[in-house]
Amino acid sequence: MVPLSYYLLLSGFLFACGVTGFLIKRNIITIFMSIELMLNGVNLSFVAFAAHWHALAGQVFVFFVMVVAAAEATVGLAIIIAVYRTRETLNVDQVNLLKL
Amino acid sequence: MNPTLNLWLIPILPLAGAAINGLLGKKSSRRAVTIVALFFSGAAFAMALWVALRFSSLSLPYQEFLAHWIRSGSFSADFAFYLDQLSLVMLLVVTGVGFLIHIYSVGYMWDDPSYYRFFAYLNLFMFFMLTLVLANNYLVMFIGWEGVGLASYLLIGFWFTKDSAASAGKKAFIVNRIGDFGFLIALFLLIKHFGSLNFEQVFHRVAPLSPETASAGLLTAVGILLMVGAAGKSAQIPLYIWLPDAMEGPTPVSALIHAATMVTAGVYMVSRSHVIFERAPTALTVVAIIGTLTAFFAATIGIAQTDIKKVLAYSTISQLGYMFMACGVGAFSAGIFHLMTHAFFKGLLFLGAGSVIHACGGEQDMRKMGGLRLYAPWTFLTMTIATLAIAGVPPLAGFFSKDEILWKAFSSEHGSWVFWLIGVITAFITSFYMFRLWFLTFLGDYRGLKVAEHSAAHDGHGWPHESPMVMIVPLAILAVLSFVGGWVGIGNHFDRFLAPVFEAGAAATTSAEAAGESAGHMELYLTLISVAAAFLGFYLAYVLYHRKPELPQKIADSLGGFYRTVVHKYYVDELYAALFIKPLIDGSTRILWQDVDRKIIDAAVNDAGDGARYVSDEVRHMQSGNLRSYAGWIAAGAAVVIAYMIWSGLGQ
Repeated sequence: MVPLSYYLLLSGFLFACGVTGFLIKRNIITIFMSIELMLNGVNLSFVAFAAHWHALAGQVFVFFVMVVAAAEATVGLAIIIAVYRTRETLNVDQVNLLKL
Repeated sequence: MNPTLNLWLIPILPLAGAAINGLLGKKSSRRAVTIVALFFSGAAFAMALWVALRFSSLSLPYQEFLAHWIRSGSFSADFAFYLDQLSLVMLLVVTGVGFLIHIYSVGYMWDDPSYYRFFAYLNLFMFFMLTLVLANNYLVMFIGWEGVGLASYLLIGFWFTKDSAASAGKKAFIVNRIGDFGFLIALFLLIKHFGSLNFEQVFHRVAPLSPETASAGLLTAVGILLMVGAAGKSAQIPLYIWLPDAMEGPTPVSALIHAATMVTAGVYMVSRSHVIFERAPTALTVVAIIGTLTAFFAATIGIAQTDIKKVLAYSTISQLGYMFMACGVGAFSAGIFHLMTHAFFKGLLFLGAGSVIHACGGEQDMRKMGGLRLYAPWTFLTMTIATLAIAGVPPLAGFFSKDEILWKAFSSEHGSWVFWLIGVITAFITSFYMFRLWFLTFLGDYRGLKVAEHSAAHDGHGWPHESPMVMIVPLAILAVLSFVGGWVGIGNHFDRFLAPVFEAGAAATTSAEAAGESAGHMELYLTLISVAAAFLGFYLAYVLYHRKPELPQKIADSLGGFYRTVVHKYYVDELYAALFIKPLIDGSTRILWQDVDRKIIDAAVNDAGDGARYVSDEVRHMQSGNLRSYAGWIAAGAAVVIAYMIWSGLGQ
């Protein structure tokens, strides 16, 4: 049996990757993928705890997170496409019309 | 059981007149304004007469409750009215003289563009004055007290486009505030120590106290503070300076407010509070000294004035001094008696002066008058009666009341021959300056310019002219009253009428008036002396201003500096300006305005604004609009929170 701490380390690593990617990348798609990475890092810790404590609540939460992530991906990708059509760029630093 | 008199109607009637004229008068005709003003003031007078007729059937004091006002714990002050002999006298004087002056004003103010405003104010004054005299507690009295001050301010500054009138109004108002300050503190003391402001309750609680002869205490403090209030309203030293300036108002106003009624409110208030004063001999002495000094000094200033209204103004101050002298020696009924006769003859003098001014086309300088007996015979006749009355010539009104005061000043247990002596000297000076006015105005030859264009409208020949009938009739009525008004004092009738008021709750003292033969002789001798003083004053004025008109100037020149001092009213105004006004203005300008306001208050506000802008300017850079920097902040914040939680978890 793999110890709980392994899962948590992996989960933390995934989340840290997501945060780092979110902070340093400029391509909006990459940022988007980083967000998914963070979500799944969290998901991993949820299921790990659920298995460890033999409690189903963690797994139920994961389903919710996945549903939200799917919905988010739909809306997010639609926005990205719309942005690309109008601006012809995916660089977030150039999408700054609302900035003063 | 008393019948219902509906006393409240008496003050409310003039208020209704003031409201109608004040709100609608601008659009209505002069005739309508006149009818409204005369009807409502006349109705108040009729009502007062009706009350007087039913007076003997009342059980006194008659009280009438109108409405609750303040109820707080055990303290209460209501809108309620109080009628006894004292308020009845005041009621009749105020409504009677007030009504006559209303009639007179119709003639005097007819050509004024703000005719309606004048009568609205005049009626408003009547309302407040009647509230003052009918109040059954100090607080309602205070409403009237402040209200007459307001009306006085409005009427002094009636011709407000004239700078001097506007500032005279302000002066009157501000000087009165100083007095009101004392009055208010006296009221607070009464609330604190007697828990009430109701006359009956306060006097009931004060009555058992013994006189503060040995040491001054609470009652002395209350008495002196009340006197401060009275000194403001009644123009006594040191607060008399506003009254001469108040002559900027129209002459009927000077007659009504600044001679006959409002300025006597202080005398009324002191008399009303006699229960307190009788137990505070020190306060009484203060009142007597202030009254006597004021009577004397104002009279001396009156000698050197050349403006006819200013002479009368100082004369009013001086006569008010007599009234306070009477109150101060415990002869309250003598004070009220003089108040009444003074209302008649001084009202008449002012109205007569108004008629003179009218006759001379607005001229107020007596040096430019003279010989008016030929041009204005009715004015001459009535003014002569008033002059004789104020000079104290028997058997006119002023003789009886002044003589009563002088006798009481001499014989009363609180009195002293010093008061009497100064009083007699003042009577002599009074007689002198009044006959000076009389000679300068009515006798000799006319010295003024022909009042050409003014008279052209009237009779066209350019000489002074008699006033219209509407002004003569009130003069005549007041002249009759000035003649016979003192006769109620014969055989001490007036004294006995007021006795229930002033003996109720009087301090138990051994009466010094062992009315024996010697006292009777003494009174006769003193009367003869004061009459002699009056005639001496007349004779001196006759010599100086009729026989040898060049003499006064010589005397004035030989007196030099002293004469100049008197002409400048002892430089009191200048002294006050240097002592109080200049430091106040300087202090306000330099300290309050330039230091406190600019450097502290303004600076605090400005610095707060500047500081906020500076801080925001620095902080706004955090909000870059860059998405990833926000995310960075969030991550950093989360890291801090997690670090803190781990750290605190490790600590356990």
